[in-house]
Amino acid sequence: MIEILNLKKKFNNNLVLNDLSLKVETGQTCVIIGRSGCGKSVLLKHIDGLLRPDSGKVLVDGKEVAGLSELELTKLRSKISMVFQGGALFDSMNVAENVGFGLFEHTQIDHKEILQRVDESLSLVGLGGIDNLMPSELSGGMRKRVSLARAICIKPEILLYDEPTTGLDPITAASINELIRSLHDKLNVTSFVVTHDMTSAYHIADKIAMMYKGRIVLEGTPEEIQNTKDPVVHQFINGLAKGPITEAVDTFK
Amino acid sequence: MLNLLFVDLGRKIIVFMYFFGGLANLAIQTVYLTFKPPYKYDHIIEQSKRAGYESFPIVSVVALFIGFIFALQSAYFMQRLGAEMYIASLVALAIVRELGPVITALVVAGRVGASHTAELGSMQVTEQIDALETLATNPIKYLVVPRFVALGLMLPILTLYADILGILGSYLICVFKLGITSSMYMNITFTSLAYKDLFTGLFKAWIFGMIIALVSCYEGFNVRGGAEGVGKATTRSVVISFLMILAADCLFTALFYFIFP
Ligand SMILES: Nc1ncnc2c1ncn2[C@@H]1O[C@H](COP(=O)(O)OP(=O)(O)OP(=O)(O)O)[C@@H](O)[C@H]1O
Ligand SMILES: [Mg+2]
Repeated sequence: MIEILNLKKKFNNNLVLNDLSLKVETGQTCVIIGRSGCGKSVLLKHIDGLLRPDSGKVLVDGKEVAGLSELELTKLRSKISMVFQGGALFDSMNVAENVGFGLFEHTQIDHKEILQRVDESLSLVGLGGIDNLMPSELSGGMRKRVSLARAICIKPEILLYDEPTTGLDPITAASINELIRSLHDKLNVTSFVVTHDMTSAYHIADKIAMMYKGRIVLEGTPEEIQNTKDPVVHQFINGLAKGPITEAVDTFK
Repeated sequence: MLNLLFVDLGRKIIVFMYFFGGLANLAIQTVYLTFKPPYKYDHIIEQSKRAGYESFPIVSVVALFIGFIFALQSAYFMQRLGAEMYIASLVALAIVRELGPVITALVVAGRVGASHTAELGSMQVTEQIDALETLATNPIKYLVVPRFVALGLMLPILTLYADILGILGSYLICVFKLGITSSMYMNITFTSLAYKDLFTGLFKAWIFGMIIALVSCYEGFNVRGGAEGVGKATTRSVVISFLMILAADCLFTALFYFIFP
């Protein structure tokens, strides 16, 4: 279970997370939606301990992430994988070395077997035969999928996806959504998915949480979100140009 | 007006302290992680190749020319005294004690330090360093330690090589231009050099190597703001390395002066 309690984070004078709380049960998929720049990536980075909260805490299976020792944090991170918004592939390594990185570094598994698992992960995201290409030789969408393959290759228990389908064609995006669903159904993976694609959000989510002004304004099942009366959420999910969000922009900043 | 000056000065001092605090922190962690297993020999070899082996050509050219120039410039004066012979000992001492280590370090700071900062800096802005952490890999262990060890090993080796080439440069001038016999030149060179000259020179080179590695990696890790940030950090890394090499040189030269009078 992942519990986020009263999280606050400020960059210089920019208050990004303001008392944010959210709870996700083991095996659940939680989709996080919100406007660009509202702090979704920042939130994910707190779960993995890449950023430290100014106050509040993140509990993963009851343990506070910011309070872990170096060793415990390493252990936790071998269970959590993150798909970065920009891919963040290691550009000095080829695709196979990127995808297998976690296994090459931290396990005694034999080289051949790792390469086999690399190929498995790559074929899960619909890529094959690109083992020896360098990241600079890939298209944007391919890079994103390699990054996804790298995340699933270590067989994590918790997956943090930062916009996994942005920039992909509709068919590939749909197959990535299927992959997220099947990891959830078959392997009981706990997932956070940041996405702007509402159809895929409805499809993969057990729970959707909307971030606004540094907080979660509404969380609920896809049906609850779709039928909400909340004007902020209503404007967002229907992509309306006029509404409380756009009115508030001037006053908020 | 005066007020503002103090505020500005105060801010500069804080920035300065902050930098040294961060650098010291990185240094401590790096040394600790260097001795903590597992050891990444293949990364150290790879970095040694890039930092050391590939620096031989530029170090050769620079050292050889310093030897030429030094011999020619001192000949101008020594000939008037009729003491050309002593060029050999002058050159040997100056190069082995001072010029070899410092010039090599400056060349390596420009060539290798800059490339480390640019590489780690672009990794920082494209979140690759964060990605390393999420893959349960300590970026200091993975990125800094091999560079730190490689530069610490390679700089004394490069310096020794630069010493030899510098003396060779001066030898060529003295033997073929000033008419000193080869055996006499070698004789004077070896009698004027003591082990401590060589040892203190190489010790300083080792210190310089560690300075270059730490400063360049620190600047790389602290890049903010895209390609422009990488450019700025690279410049800073080279400038700060230069200044710290010269400061450390002063310090250790003074120290050795008192330890081995
Ligand atoms: N390292 C940082 N230093 C300073 N400010 C930051 C940093 N990271 C994020 N921010 C600020 O935090 C805010 C939220 O950024 P974040 O990347 O989380 O947005 P996002 O919700 O992921 O947006 P998008 O949907 O466009 O990816 C932004 O205003 C950004 O300027
Ligand atoms: Mg984002």
